[in-house]
Amino acid sequence: MISRREFLQASVAASAILGLGGTGKFAAFAATQSMTQDQLLDFEDFGNVTLVHITDIHAQVKPIYFREPSINLGVGEAAGKPPHVTGADFLRLYNIEPGSPEAYALTSEDFTALAGTYGRMGGLDRVATVVKAIRAARGDNMLLLDGGDTWQGSYVSHHTNGGDMVELMNLLRPDAMTAHWEFTYGEDRVREIVDELPFAFLGSNIFDAEWDEPAYEHTKMFERGGVKVAVIGQAFPYLPIANPGWMFPSLSFGIREEVLQENVDAARAEGAELVVLLSHNGFDVDRKLAGRISGVDVILTGHTHDALPEPVVVGDTLLIASGSNGKFVSRLDLDVRDGGLKGYQYRLIPIFSDVISPDAEMTAAIDATREPHKAELERVLGTTESLLYRRGNFNGTFDDLICQALLQEREADIALSPGFRWGTSLLPGQDITVEDVFNATGMTYPNAYRSEMSGKLLKDILEDVADNLFNTDPYYQQGGDMVRVGGMGYRIDTYKPIGSRISEMTLLKTGEAIDPAKNYVVAGWASVNEETEGPAIWDVVESYITRVGTVSLEENQSVKIVQS
Amino acid sequence: MELNRRQIMALAAGSAAFAATTSLSFPVLAANDAQDIINAFTGGAEAGEGALTLDAPEIAENGNTVPIEVTVDSPMSEDDYVEAVLIVADGNPNASVATFHFTPMSGEALASTRIRLAKTQDVIAVAKMSNGTFAMDRKTVKVTIGGCGG
Repeated sequence: MISRREFLQASVAASAILGLGGTGKFAAFAATQSMTQDQLLDFEDFGNVTLVHITDIHAQVKPIYFREPSINLGVGEAAGKPPHVTGADFLRLYNIEPGSPEAYALTSEDFTALAGTYGRMGGLDRVATVVKAIRAARGDNMLLLDGGDTWQGSYVSHHTNGGDMVELMNLLRPDAMTAHWEFTYGEDRVREIVDELPFAFLGSNIFDAEWDEPAYEHTKMFERGGVKVAVIGQAFPYLPIANPGWMFPSLSFGIREEVLQENVDAARAEGAELVVLLSHNGFDVDRKLAGRISGVDVILTGHTHDALPEPVVVGDTLLIASGSNGKFVSRLDLDVRDGGLKGYQYRLIPIFSDVISPDAEMTAAIDATREPHKAELERVLGTTESLLYRRGNFNGTFDDLICQALLQEREADIALSPGFRWGTSLLPGQDITVEDVFNATGMTYPNAYRSEMSGKLLKDILEDVADNLFNTDPYYQQGGDMVRVGGMGYRIDTYKPIGSRISEMTLLKTGEAIDPAKNYVVAGWASVNEETEGPAIWDVVESYITRVGTVSLEENQSVKIVQS
Repeated sequence: MELNRRQIMALAAGSAAFAATTSLSFPVLAANDAQDIINAFTGGAEAGEGALTLDAPEIAENGNTVPIEVTVDSPMSEDDYVEAVLIVADGNPNASVATFHFTPMSGEALASTRIRLAKTQDVIAVAKMSNGTFAMDRKTVKVTIGGCGG
C-alpha cells in the first residue's frame, strides 16, 4: 500500500530535521521479545515539557482485547499514508517484527494467536501506574491531556450517565479534556459534570446554536517547566450530524478553522511558547488542518482510534495518535526554548495488562464503581467460537452478530448497524457476557427500529454514509466507519464520487438484485432521529445469543471493495 | 427483556429510522437558474476572487437553517465601496437566496443570515463594487442524513 520511501518523504524526513524521533526504541524493544514494566516505562527524560496523552477510552476501565483494523482505507491525499496502513504493511513501515508484542498491540495480524500470548491490554489501573510513574519523573513539567470519548462505551458508564468515568478520571488528574460522545448524555448532563470538574473542559468549536457565541472555554494556559503552554480543545466537529442533535439542541459545532486560528493567535499574543491542540477532529481532518493553520506545535489527535508509534509531521506540527480503549498512553517530551520547539522524544506506551502492575488506589475505585452492577456485568449469555471484533472500515464479526440478531429476532430482510469505532473484541472460546454486549452497544439511543425502505433509499443511505467516510476532502467526512449491513451484499468503489460508489446490491437470502422500486423490511439501531421506536439493541442481541447459545461467524464476504 | 411477537413485528410508523428532512439526491450538475441570476447581476462581467469571503459550514448541522456570512474587503469610502452582495444556492429549487445592499455609511460590508439548503450544493456569493468590478466566492455545503458517526 505504501512504501517506506514514500513514508519517509511524508513524515520521518521532516522529523529528522526536528531531531530525536522515537523510532529506534520501539524496534529495539520488539527484538527482546520479553517485557518488564521497567522496559515499557523506560524513557530518558528530555527537554522541559512532557505531554501525556490518552484518548477514546470509551469507558473501558478493565483490561480488554481490542483488535486494530485490518481494513482502513485512505482516500485523496491520505491514501496510503498512516493511519491508512494496516496489517503486514504497517509492520514493514515501522520495522516491527511479526509476532512481537508491538505487532499484537498495533495490528490485526495473527490477532487471536498473539492475544493468547500477550493477553489483554489497557485497564485504567494500569494506565494510572504509567501516569504516576511519569508524574514522579517529571513532576511539574507534565501535562496529562484526555482527548475525549471517555465517558461512554460500557455497561457501568451507561447506567451512571458517565458518572463512573468522571470519578475515575478525577483520580487520574488530567489537566484538560475535550469531548464527543460525552454529549450523548445530553447537554444538561455535560454541563452538570463540567461545572464540578476539577480540570478544564475545552472546545474551541463548541458554540451556542442560537447566538453563535462560544459555549465552552477554548484555551487553558499552563506553566510547565518554566514554559508557558497553551492547550486548545477541539471537540468532534460533527456531533449534531453523526449523533442525535436533539440531545444537545442549544449547541453547534463544526471545524471552525478561522476561530481556531484566532484562538491560537490569541494564545501566542498572551505569551504561549508552546501551543497544543487537544483534538477530537479525527486524524485526516487534523492532518489537513495542520497544513492550513499556523502556530500549533503539537496536535494530540483522537476520534479515529489510530495508534501510531511515531509522530506524523506536517510542516512544523507534530501529530500524535494514541489509540483507544486504554490500550496506549502517549508520552511526548518536548524541548521548548527561546520561544519555540527545538526537539522532541516520543513513545507510544503499550499498556500490556499482565506486565504493568495495577495501581491499587485505582483498582479499588474501579471495583467500587462496578460492585453494584456485578451480577449483571458477569451474566453469561452464550459463547463465541469466532473472534468477535468491530474496528475496520467494513463489517466486523461483532457487527455481523448484531446484524444476525436484528435479522432473526426482528424478522427483517436487511439489517443496518452503525460503523462505530468503539467496541472491544472477544476471542474464540470466550463467554459472551452482558458486559461484552454493552461494550459493543452501550449508548443512549439504542432503539432498534423495524421499518420499510425502498431499494432506492437503501442505495442513497449507503452512498451518503460512504461519502462521509471516503470523501477525498477530510473536512467533508463526518462519520465513523461504513454502515454495517446484514442480509445484503454490495460492491463499493471508494475512489468514486458520491452517487457512484455503490453497485451490485444483492439480497442475500434470494440472491436477487435489490430493486430500487421495491420495499424491504429493514431492522437497524442507533438512529439519530428522535422518538425512534423499538427495543434496545442489547435486548435484541441478548435474545439472539441466548437462543443460539454458541455464536459462530464466518468472515464476512458480502462486501466487495474496489479502489479504481 | 423478553421480546414479544407484537414488538418484533411492529413496523415503525413512516420512515422513523432515516426520516431525512432533505431529499437524498446527489449533486450532478447545477440544474437551476443560479448562473442566469449571477449573469444578470454582473451583466456578464468576470468576477475576481479574494476580496469576498463566504463563510459556511462544510457540512450543515441542519439543512433547514444553515448559517452563512459574507465579508468583503473594502474601504467603504465614498469613492470605493461595496454596493451589493448577491447570494445564490445552485442546488435549491429556486436559486435566489438574498441580495444585501450597502452604502459607504454601512462602515463595513458584512452580512450574515441563515438559509435553507435542499441538498448538498454550492452556495455562491458575488459582490458588486462601486467601481463596476465584481468579486466572487463559493463554498460546497454538504447536507447529509448522517447518523453513523463514532
